[in-house]
Order: sequence, then C-alpha cells, then structure tokens
Amino acid sequence: MSEHASAESIARYASGDDLPGDRLWAVEAHLETCELCRLRLADLAPPQVTALTSAVWAGLEPVGTPARGRRRIARWATPSFLPWLAMTAFVVLAALSVDGFLPVDSVSSAVLLVAPIVPVLGVAAAWSRFMDPAHELVVSTARAGLQLVLRRTVAVLVTVLPVLLVGGWVAGASPAYWLLPCLGVTSLTLALGGVIGIRRAAVATAATWAVLVIGPAAVLGGVPGVLAPAASPVWAAVLVGGAAAVFFRSASYARL
Amino acid sequence: MVRAVSAAEVAPTGYAWQVKAEGLRVRAGRKMAVDGLDLRLGRGVHGLLGPNGAGKTTLIRSLATVLRPASGTLEVLGSPVSGQVDLRGLRRALGYLPQDFGYYKRFTVREFVEYVAWLKEMPKRDVPGAVQRAVERVGLADRADDRMKTLSGGMVRRAGIAQAIVNDPEVLLLDEPTAGLDPGQRVRFRELVQELGSDSCVVVSTHLVEDVAAACTDVVLINAGRLVFQGTPDDLAAAGGSDDVGDSPLERGYSALLGEAGGW
Repeated sequence: MSEHASAESIARYASGDDLPGDRLWAVEAHLETCELCRLRLADLAPPQVTALTSAVWAGLEPVGTPARGRRRIARWATPSFLPWLAMTAFVVLAALSVDGFLPVDSVSSAVLLVAPIVPVLGVAAAWSRFMDPAHELVVSTARAGLQLVLRRTVAVLVTVLPVLLVGGWVAGASPAYWLLPCLGVTSLTLALGGVIGIRRAAVATAATWAVLVIGPAAVLGGVPGVLAPAASPVWAAVLVGGAAAVFFRSASYARL
Repeated sequence: MVRAVSAAEVAPTGYAWQVKAEGLRVRAGRKMAVDGLDLRLGRGVHGLLGPNGAGKTTLIRSLATVLRPASGTLEVLGSPVSGQVDLRGLRRALGYLPQDFGYYKRFTVREFVEYVAWLKEMPKRDVPGAVQRAVERVGLADRADDRMKTLSGGMVRRAGIAQAIVNDPEVLLLDEPTAGLDPGQRVRFRELVQELGSDSCVVVSTHLVEDVAAACTDVVLINAGRLVFQGTPDDLAAAGGSDDVGDSPLERGYSALLGEAGGW
C-alpha cells in the first residue's frame, strides 16, 4: 500500500456518491489497513454519520455514578472504623485520668506506658470479625494480603499518632520516649503476623507488653528501661528487622 | 447491557474441572469438619446438601480460599489452594456469599458493591458498569443508592448476591443464599442462578430440597465431612423408596441416602 487514496475519492466515498466499483473496492481495501486515511475519512464524514458515531460513543460511556470521594477512605481504613477510633480515644483518655491519680513526683505516665501498644490494638481491631462485619468477605478477595495489611496499618497509625501526641503532651510524656517503641512494636506485630496471623500476633504482643512492661512499671514506678532513650537503638533495630521480615515473607499474608 | 468478552475468557482452559478435591480435610476449630472428601465439579449449578454440621460451610469456606486445607489436595480453576501459594489470580475469578453476610450499614448498595469490586482488583474503568449490571440482575436497581441499613433482610441477601457476581466469577460460592428470601424472590433467584450456571461453576449450599429440584443441574450430598452422593436431581429422587421419610421424591431420596443421619 504505497499510495494513499486521493482526497477526491475519499470525499466521494464519505458522501456516499456512486464510485465505480473498482475504485470503491480499492478505497475500502486501503482504508482497512491505513489509519491515516481513516482519519481523513473521519474529517469528511457527513453530519448524520458523526451524529450516529457520537451517539454510539455516548452509549459506551460507563453507566452509573462512580464512587464518591468519602468512600475512598475505605481503601485504607476498615470501613467501620468509627467505633474503634472512639475506643482508642477512650484508652488514651483513661490513661490520662490514671495519671491524675498518680503522685506528682512520679516520673512515669500511663499514657507513656500504653502508647506503644495502642496502634497494635488498632491493627487487631482492623482484622477482627467483630470490628469488621465484612471480614469473611474481605479475606477471600484478591486484595487481601500484605498490601491491604499495610494500608490498614498506615490508616491506624495516621489516626492514632495524633491522639497519642495530644495525650502525651497533656500528660507530659515526650514522643522521644514512646514514638520509636510504638513503631517498633507495630513492625514486630506485622512480622509475627506473617507466622501466626495478624490478629493473634497483635493480641500476643499487646499481652506481652502488658505483662512485661506495664505490670512492673505500675508496681515499681518510674520509666521502665525499655522506654528510656538509651533503648532507642534497639527499637530502631526492631523496626528495621520487622520491616525486613515482612518484606521477605510477603507471600505469607495471603490468608488473614 | 452486554459485557465484552476478552480473548482470555474464550481461550481453552488448562484444567478439566473447576473444582477438584482429593482426600480433602479441612479443620473448623478443633473438629475436622471436612474429612477425606473427593469431589469434582464442572460448569453448572451444584446444590450442596447435607444435615447441619455436615461440613457444608467449611467446604465452601475452603473453596473461597478463606480456610487452609489441613491435608489432601484442592484445586480451584486448576490452581492449587493448599500451601503457600499466590492466590490473587484465583481470587479475582471467585465470587463468594458467606453464610453470615456482614456489610457496612452506612454504605449504599452501590458503594458496597463498588468496594467489593475494588477488593477484587477489577479494572477501574469496568467498575461502574459492572456494579450497575450486578445490581440490576438482583433487582435492586431502584434501591442502589439507599444505605444498606434501610434494606430489608431479603434485599440485603440480594445485595450480597450482587457483590458476589460483580466480577462475573468463574466459580461462584453461595452459602445459604435463599435464607430470608420470600417465595417470589426465590423463584427469581433460581432463574438467576441457572443463568449464571450456564457458563460458570456455581456451588449453592442449601437446606431447602425444593431449591435443588428447581435450580440445580447436579446434587452433592455430604455428611460428616464426606461425599455421600453426587448426581442429578433425578438420580437423587430415584434413590428414595416409598417407605422413606419425606414429602417429595427428592426428600425421600435424601433421607434414604443419609439413613440415620437424616433424622434428628
């Protein structure tokens, strides 16, 4: 097909004029293989043809209203996260009120002690069938896996950290003490979740924390060693190690 | 609106059966609820019958890739479901209506079905059309923009069916889908299931024998985690004699095959 159809024959073809049979055949055969000439033909198409094609295109448009912006959040947080958010705020408030009963000279704060496991409780809630009514459905879909785990964890951290920051500021617990342990425990939970399941891992870490840190601190008073600034390199190592374990075992999150 | 058929869909399949289980054992809690089940299911509507506690829901949950088989082999659409395998490709081709269908009360029907379509990783541009089509097929088009909490029990069930069929699944798993539907809706549901069964594998767990008679091409009867009978509804009816318990030929066949287990 070295030669394009002439402008005259395309115009006559478009208008439906009587082209001689051999030329009609040649033009049609050429149009089938030449995009350029099809575009030239489209420019010359009479109004009744353009009206028809635009009607067909309009019919091919997706029907129905697309998702409204406010449901976009469901792609990150569990759609029914409001009760859980209220519960988180309640935990921090409860810790604050416990602080009110502590002696003034006590260095430790209940907010500081619970801060590292508040996101873990959120992660547990995001994957429990009590907090997520459609849990059974969600875990059978293609997106259930590490990606959705990370999305929901990010959503938990984004909502929890501001609450903790405000609570910590009121209680006088500096983020320097609890922020790194908080992220470290979360990463450890996700890594453990690849082995025993996210919900079980979250419950296990929260329980371990309660027994090993909150318990002794409540009895002895003072800032426990694991929350002292000196422990931050350890927490940084836990954070990186947990993240690496999650990354390398990403296939094991397919069943939640 | 008719869906466009892609080349991948008309390509020959690399498997003989949509669902193939051999010596399948699946644990539900401490109990081995599916215990040595051999099953082969192809296209069509398969009615899964059995007494309470027979392992119907456990079987469907393991087909839906929610439960990991304890032992034995289970292949769905030719890909293995047990062990550490990538389930994403398979899950995109599944539709699942759980027995206790949980939903988000504040979502509208359309938003909920769209959310499930997103979870099933459907291409973004196909979602609005597919959602509209699914909602129309279950007859909820006029309530599509109402919140789920305003729907009646039967309508919630239909919304559950809509979310299951939104991705035109090749394997559709419906666990007790007719619970809460009134007789008229059940008739419409059977028609829909027959339509879906013409080009995919539909597994319907039910305890209503008349559902099986009206809609299923194949009956799978399980008891105590094992396959008791598989055949057409006529075969099931033929298995029953006049002295068996039941009001219809199918019910008599059911109780004849189950023996003692069919009673209380």
